Amino acid sequence: MRKMIVIDIDKCTGCGVCELVCSFKHYDEFNPLKSRIHKNIFWQQGVAIPVVCYQCEEPWCGKVCPAGAITLKKDTDTGATLVTVSEEKCVGCKMCMLACPYGCIVVSDKGYAEKCDLCGEDPECVKFCSKGALRFVEPELGMMAKKKGVAERLLNSYAEVKF
Amino acid sequence: MYGWTGRFLRVNLAKSKIIVEALDPKIAEDFIGGLGMGVKYLYDEIDPKVDALSPDNKLLLVTGPLTGTGAPCGNRYMVVTKSPLTDGIANSSAAGEFATSLKYAGYDMIIFEGKAKKPVYLWIDDDTLELKDAQHLWGKTTSDTENAVIAETAPEAKVACIGPAGEKLVRIACVINDVGRAAGRSGVGAVMGSKNLKAVAVKGTKGIKVADRVGFYRAMVDTYKALDNDMVKTFHQFGTPCVPATTQEHGVLPTRNFQTGVFEGWEGAELDGAALADKLSVRGRRGVACPGCPIACGRITKVTDPDFAGIGAGPEYETIGLLGSNCGVSSLAAISKANFICNEMGMDTISAGGTIACAMELYEKGYLPQKDVGRALNFGDGHALVEMTEKMALREGFGDILAEGSYRLAERYGHPELFMGVRKHDFPAYECRGLQGMALGFATQPRGACHIRGEVHEYPLFGSYHWKITKDRNITKIDPLEWKDKPLIAKETQDFFCVKDSCGTCDFIFPMGLDEDQCRALLEAATGIDMGGYKGLMKTGDRIFNLQRLFNLKAGSTGKDDTLPKRQLEEPMPDGPAKGMVAHLSEMLPEYYKLRGWDANGVPTPEKLQELGLK
Repeated sequence: MRKMIVIDIDKCTGCGVCELVCSFKHYDEFNPLKSRIHKNIFWQQGVAIPVVCYQCEEPWCGKVCPAGAITLKKDTDTGATLVTVSEEKCVGCKMCMLACPYGCIVVSDKGYAEKCDLCGEDPECVKFCSKGALRFVEPELGMMAKKKGVAERLLNSYAEVKF
Repeated sequence: MYGWTGRFLRVNLAKSKIIVEALDPKIAEDFIGGLGMGVKYLYDEIDPKVDALSPDNKLLLVTGPLTGTGAPCGNRYMVVTKSPLTDGIANSSAAGEFATSLKYAGYDMIIFEGKAKKPVYLWIDDDTLELKDAQHLWGKTTSDTENAVIAETAPEAKVACIGPAGEKLVRIACVINDVGRAAGRSGVGAVMGSKNLKAVAVKGTKGIKVADRVGFYRAMVDTYKALDNDMVKTFHQFGTPCVPATTQEHGVLPTRNFQTGVFEGWEGAELDGAALADKLSVRGRRGVACPGCPIACGRITKVTDPDFAGIGAGPEYETIGLLGSNCGVSSLAAISKANFICNEMGMDTISAGGTIACAMELYEKGYLPQKDVGRALNFGDGHALVEMTEKMALREGFGDILAEGSYRLAERYGHPELFMGVRKHDFPAYECRGLQGMALGFATQPRGACHIRGEVHEYPLFGSYHWKITKDRNITKIDPLEWKDKPLIAKETQDFFCVKDSCGTCDFIFPMGLDEDQCRALLEAATGIDMGGYKGLMKTGDRIFNLQRLFNLKAGSTGKDDTLPKRQLEEPMPDGPAKGMVAHLSEMLPEYYKLRGWDANGVPTPEKLQELGLK
C-alpha cells in the first residue's frame, strides 16, 4: 500500500516542531516561514490544524504547470505517491501557487517551486511529532486509528447507559 | 554568531529613537542570554538604587541562544528590570511566538530606556522599526490589545503587552503575550506601564542557524527521546493542575495565608486537575503547546457558571494554590474567574492570591476594618476573591491599597508579620515548613521568594533525581523535612537553573527528563562555544546568581533580607505530614553562605568575584 502523511487533528497541540525540523532539514536553519508544513492555531477553540501537501493523485499544480516541471511519482517499493518538482524545468511562473487548493507549493527565493518532498519517504516532521498527530502510514491504516478514536468516545457514553 | 542573532535593539522612548546594536560576544559567552545576559546589561547600565518606576530604570526583553531553535521548548524570553515590588532585581519569563518571532526578526534583546511622552507601542517588522501611537489602546485588556495591534500591523504579528494593571502601576502587574502567557512575577508590567509602553509587536521572517548542524540534530533527537515519558504524558493530559494533589498529600499546599499546608476544603473541591480537564478545558485531557514544546501542558478553559463566566488560558497550579487554597477558596469556577481577570488585566496571579489572602487574614483577625474594604472579606469567599482581584487591577476603592502588594498592605495595617514572602515578593504555592530546601531557596533567591529559579522541591515532590547534582553524588532520595543536606543541593540547583533560565528554554523540560549534560549539548551545538564541561556550565550559573546578588546589594537588599516570615520560622506546622515543623533557616544559612563563597553578612568575597570574573 502507499504511504502518506496522515493528520490527526485531535492530537495536534500546535507546538510547530514540524515547521522547525522541516526548515532545518531543507534550509539548514530554524524558520517556520520556510517550512513546507504549517501549523494553524485557533486559541479560543483550543484546536491546532497542520496543513501540508497531500500529494494529490491528480495534482492541480501539475496540471497547470506550463513547463512540465511537476510530475507524479509512485515509489515502487513503498507505493508512496509523491508530487515532485524538477528544479531544472521549473521556470518560476507561479501558476502552481495559484492552482494548489491547499497553498502548499511556493516559488521560493531560489527561483523555483518548492513543496513537501516527504524527505525521501522518511518525513522529518513525522519523526519529531511527539503526540502522534502526524504519521507516515497507509491512508487506510491512518483512518482506522481515527475510527477507533470515535469508537472509544462512543464506548464511554455507551458504557454509562448500558452498565 | 550562531544561536544568537548577534544584534539587539536599543529604544529610547523619551527621544523616540531606535538603534540596532551589535551584541557583545564576550557578554554572550559569559552570561548566555535570557536571565544572565539581561542582568549583565542592566547591572552595567543602571544604578541599582534608581526608583524602579522612574524613567531612569530600564526594561529589557531578552531571548536566549536556544529561543526559536528546534531545542525542546526553545520558546522563552525573559523580562529583566528593577522591580517596583521588591526594589531589587526583577526577572520574569514567558514562552510564546512573541519570543521566537523576536529572534526570527533578527534580535536577541530589546532595551527600553526613558519614558515616552504619550502611550506608544513598538512595531518590529524585521528591519522596519517604528514607535506607534497607543493612546487608543490605553485602558484596553490584554486580549483586546493583542487583537487591535494585530489588526493594525500584520496578521503574523506576535504581541507582548500590558493591561490596565500595568498602566495603573499596580506593583504586581505582569507582561502578557500570545493569548494569556505571562511574564508574571516581580511587577515587570508596572515598569512597562511607567514607560508609557503599551505593547511590543513583532513579525520575523528570518531563520536561526546553529554552529554544529549534526551535533544539534543529535541533541534534538536525544532530548526528544528523553521527554517521551509518563510524567510528560500526565502534564499533557492535566497540565500543572495535576500538582495540587501532590502538594496536598505532602502537606505543603498553602492554605489561608500559609497558616497551614493541608487544605481543609480539599474533599469534593475538584482541585486535582481531573475536574479541570474534564469539565472546564475546551479540549478535555489534551493540552495546547507553546512553540516547539513536546509537553503541551497549556489549557484553554471555559466557565459557564454565570457568576464566574469566562474563557482563557489557565488556571495553572500556582494560581490554584494562591487564588484557591491560600484564600480558602475551593470553587474551581471562582478561581478560574479570578485567573481570567488577572490575565486580561495583566496581573500576577501568585502575588494577587498572596495579597488577597493577606488581606483576608488581616480582616479575620480584626486588624483590617470592614469599612476600609467596603465588604466582608473572609477566607473561602469566591465572590470576594473575584471582586478584590478586579478592584486591585483597576486600583478601585480598597483595590488601590491591595495594588501595592501584600508587604506594603501588611505593614500599613501594623502587622508586617502577616506578609507571606521574602524580599516583599509573595511565596509561590509551596509551604516551606514542609520543604526545608525551599525554605532556603526562598530566603536566598535574588528576585525574592520564588519556586522556579531553583526547584529544590522537584526532588522530593516529583522524584527528579536524574540531574547530575544528585546523580553524581549517588543521591536517590531527598527527605523534604531534613535540612542538613539542603545548603549544597539548593546552591547547585540555583546555579543550574540560572543557566537554564538563560538559554531560552522552558523550565519544565528539566524536571521532566533532561539533565545538565543535555542542556550543555544543546547550548554548545547551537552556539559553537565550549562551556567548559559540567564545571564550566555550573560556574556560569554561579556567575549569573552572584551578579544578581551584587545588584541587590547595591540596591539595598542585603543578607538581612535572607529571611522568612515569623510564621515559617517560629510557628510549628499545625497539621499534615510536616506537623510540628518550622523552617530551619538559621541552621542552613551559614553553611550556604560558605558554599557560595560569601562572608558572614552574605556578601560575596573578593576572591569569589575574582574567580567568577565579576571584578
